[in-house]
Amino acid sequence: MTSADNLRAFKREGRIVIVGASLAGLRAAETLRDEGFTGSLTMIGDETCEPYDRPPLSKQVLTGWVPADGTALPRRREIDAEWLLGVPAAGLDLAANHVRLADGREIPFDRVLISTGVRARPWFVESEAALDGVFVLRTREHAEGLQRALAAGPSRVLVIGAGFTGSEIASICRERGIEVTVAELAPAPLVGALGAMIGEVASDMQRSHGVDLRCGVKVTRLEGDAQGHFRRAHFDDGTTVDADVAVVALGGIRNTEWLRGSGLAAGVWGIACDTGCRALTLDGLITDDVFVAGDVARCPNPVYEYRLISLEHWANAVEQAEVAAHNMVSPQADRWPHLTLPVFWSIQFGVNIKSVGVPTFADEVVLAQGSVADHRFVAAYGYRGRVTAAVSFDNAKWLDHYRGLIETAAPFPPPGPTPDQPLDMKPVPVDFPGPQLLAQGATVVVTGHDPGERRVTAAQQHHR
Amino acid sequence: MTTTETDTLRRILDYSSRADPYPLYAELRETPVARQRDGSYVVSTYREIAGLLHDPHISSDVRNLARPMPSHAGESTPAFINLDPPEHDRLRRMAMRHFGPPHTPGLVTGMEDDLTAVVTTLIDGLEDKERIDVVDDFAYPFPVAVICHLLGVPREDEPRFHLWVDALINSIDYNPETDPKEKLENGLRARKDLREYLGGLLQRRHGKPGEDLLSRMANDDGPDGRMTDEQIVATANLLLIAGHETTVNLITNGMLTLLRHPDVLRRLREDPDLVVPLVEELLRYEPPVHIIPWRAAYSDITVAGTLIPKGAQVMLMLASGSRDPVRFHEPQRFDPDRRDNQHLGFGSGIHLCFGGPLARRETQIALTELVRRLDRPQLVTDPPPYRRSPILRGPIHLEVTQGG
Ligand SMILES: Cc1cc2nc3c(=O)[nH]c(=O)nc-3n(C[C@H](O)[C@H](O)[C@H](O)COP(=O)(O)OP(=O)(O)OC[C@H]3O[C@@H](n4cnc5c(N)ncnc54)[C@H](O)[C@@H]3O)c2cc1C
Repeated sequence: MTSADNLRAFKREGRIVIVGASLAGLRAAETLRDEGFTGSLTMIGDETCEPYDRPPLSKQVLTGWVPADGTALPRRREIDAEWLLGVPAAGLDLAANHVRLADGREIPFDRVLISTGVRARPWFVESEAALDGVFVLRTREHAEGLQRALAAGPSRVLVIGAGFTGSEIASICRERGIEVTVAELAPAPLVGALGAMIGEVASDMQRSHGVDLRCGVKVTRLEGDAQGHFRRAHFDDGTTVDADVAVVALGGIRNTEWLRGSGLAAGVWGIACDTGCRALTLDGLITDDVFVAGDVARCPNPVYEYRLISLEHWANAVEQAEVAAHNMVSPQADRWPHLTLPVFWSIQFGVNIKSVGVPTFADEVVLAQGSVADHRFVAAYGYRGRVTAAVSFDNAKWLDHYRGLIETAAPFPPPGPTPDQPLDMKPVPVDFPGPQLLAQGATVVVTGHDPGERRVTAAQQHHR
Repeated sequence: MTTTETDTLRRILDYSSRADPYPLYAELRETPVARQRDGSYVVSTYREIAGLLHDPHISSDVRNLARPMPSHAGESTPAFINLDPPEHDRLRRMAMRHFGPPHTPGLVTGMEDDLTAVVTTLIDGLEDKERIDVVDDFAYPFPVAVICHLLGVPREDEPRFHLWVDALINSIDYNPETDPKEKLENGLRARKDLREYLGGLLQRRHGKPGEDLLSRMANDDGPDGRMTDEQIVATANLLLIAGHETTVNLITNGMLTLLRHPDVLRRLREDPDLVVPLVEELLRYEPPVHIIPWRAAYSDITVAGTLIPKGAQVMLMLASGSRDPVRFHEPQRFDPDRRDNQHLGFGSGIHLCFGGPLARRETQIALTELVRRLDRPQLVTDPPPYRRSPILRGPIHLEVTQGG
């Protein structure tokens, strides 16, 4: 049989398993059926409910506007799949081609898509994390619990971490008239994602909306009362804050532990793949039957010097899912590369924030349009003299233009003038917080001498 | 640049091409950015038009044109459509407060019953007639009633401003080389009269908060403060013209297209939900706004390899872009099942049509009801006679027989 025949047969009666039944998983399944895959499709998910959407959790759900169970993802078509919900996948055997579930079942596949996403990083002291009133926010249940706690009218909420999720939660608290303290290790909110200039705007926004913002501090201890309810947080500068609710918004942990020993290049940064969303092995070889998509994927981007980039963005999950699904059922010559520039949006303190490109891939930033004081502007990011990203505050309609500049490697700073060009249009250093984040992560060791026997194995992490 | 391109634009502007400018658009697209003899630039391909609609180096303020436009002479307070950020953003925001989400979320949906009622009354009057003019009997009176109601203009004044709007639209594309001076003067006078009339209405709204847009704009403060009287008049003026001529043409073009595609007409009668994608396809295939004629290059810009110098007039051929085969599969086919239909019917970018949601709903209701209630309608003349304007394009009459 030729490989074209093989592919036809696979499309007709092959077995595809999707691990991680959320946004990326569902969109991939829909695309597989759209592309004419009629074989068997199995969706494995550790959550018990049908796939739902996460961005509304920190927005509409926390305001009480939409109930947590009102966030189901729209079904764009029938996918006719077998759903194995409520049990996590616990292993992947690439020699036998099956996924092992935590309850011991083995699910065979011809091709598998991994879209297990990330989970919330919990508070680092387990007993403190277990206090009543201490929350994280990643799932429907989290959102429901937190919304109930907010509705109860807490005297104060403490948000730990001022990234996007933490800032959105703080914004909602103010909208609901709840006192809120935000504690952030960096010098300003959003600095890790968008740099110092935008961080300053974000600080200003939070303070002008009455947030008690404390930057450059570390929360060291969460203290509960006799009933086991959270009451007070201690900071490393010796100060304390009294509150009834604490939200731990310290980012996510990629769900890759279950792949340990599978031979895939999976670790704390995600699962490495090529632009066709095919997973790489630890050695850096491409597998042809294992695909990845969404928050758990770590994909090279030619625009950013082919660096492997993992993103926790909604649109990225959808686009990778579509590319991965297409490639799973297409011949080599018809495969698509995932080359879309990342876009991200957030709504906080009444401002619509949107970005295109990778703002952390930058050494300078310039205010290109509008005014920082009004919280309405576009900032362009540059790396060694070319435009690499742009961020808008209440100005999203211009971003397509900046996308074009990034895609065509236009010179930085972008040429002017525009009618709303700011007077102080001078690039400044982008100034991200230190590289300590980069130092942690998976390390590997290379073994063997001859090309035929050289292999890479994962090293156990040095730190806990 | 060759003279063929110049000729192509001339032929498009020429009235004899009004019924079918599309073959000429195809000719234009061979040169995506074409310099004209008068120093202006015509842009006709989808990608380039979309790019310019999002390009901050393109100005909507006609005062930035190297050569000022006669039809905009003496305008001290332009409406936001003719302004750039940040003034544009501020005025549009202040007007939008009263016109839609997030501050007035229910405006369009809240009007559904009224829209249906007006449509029903109009069609009730047509039912026994063997011969009707879709424009005069239906497509014109409907949106006019809606926008007057919305703004708070008394019904009895409608005929007067029909005349003003006609004169005004007529003068938009005034060309000093070919047009009689009278055309321009009529337009300028109509502009002035309409402003005075609206100013008078506005005076009576101060201190009397009500439901209509004029009283809301006159009495309500948002985070951006309050518009001046001149700004309110300019905004009302804009909404009246834009909410009027364009929807008339969209409905008429829609009915004409359906009569030319009886299979689609039949489908719509059986499945009213089809109207949603159908109106989108209409906005691509037979849009009411064909050209944005007066954008200005704010700085030198290079588009598709052609340098457009600062101050040059840029004409965006929206209707041509929406039929660009590079962007749309089989663009000359009217296909209500089309996917990924990102047409330029409402423009794009910061000037994306303010009234789009209302125009959509009006047209959806109008077409569904016409198709449901007219009895086997037949087109009398094809093509029908067209209005003069190549910019806001549509039939001036659309005669239809029924019951035959
Ligand atoms: C509160 C919140 C707000 C957000 N707001 C925005 C926003 O405004 N804009 C934006 O662009 N993005 C936003 N995001 C990010 C966006 O939701 C994610 O990018 C998107 O959900 C990624 O989809 P995914 O399918 O890759 O991963 P996920 O949605 O994380 O889905 C992964 C699924 O796999 C399951 N799973 C994990 N391990 C296993 C296993 N071993 N076996 C079986 N199943 C497993 C998980 O339980 C989960 O159901 C937000 C996220 C959150 C949490």
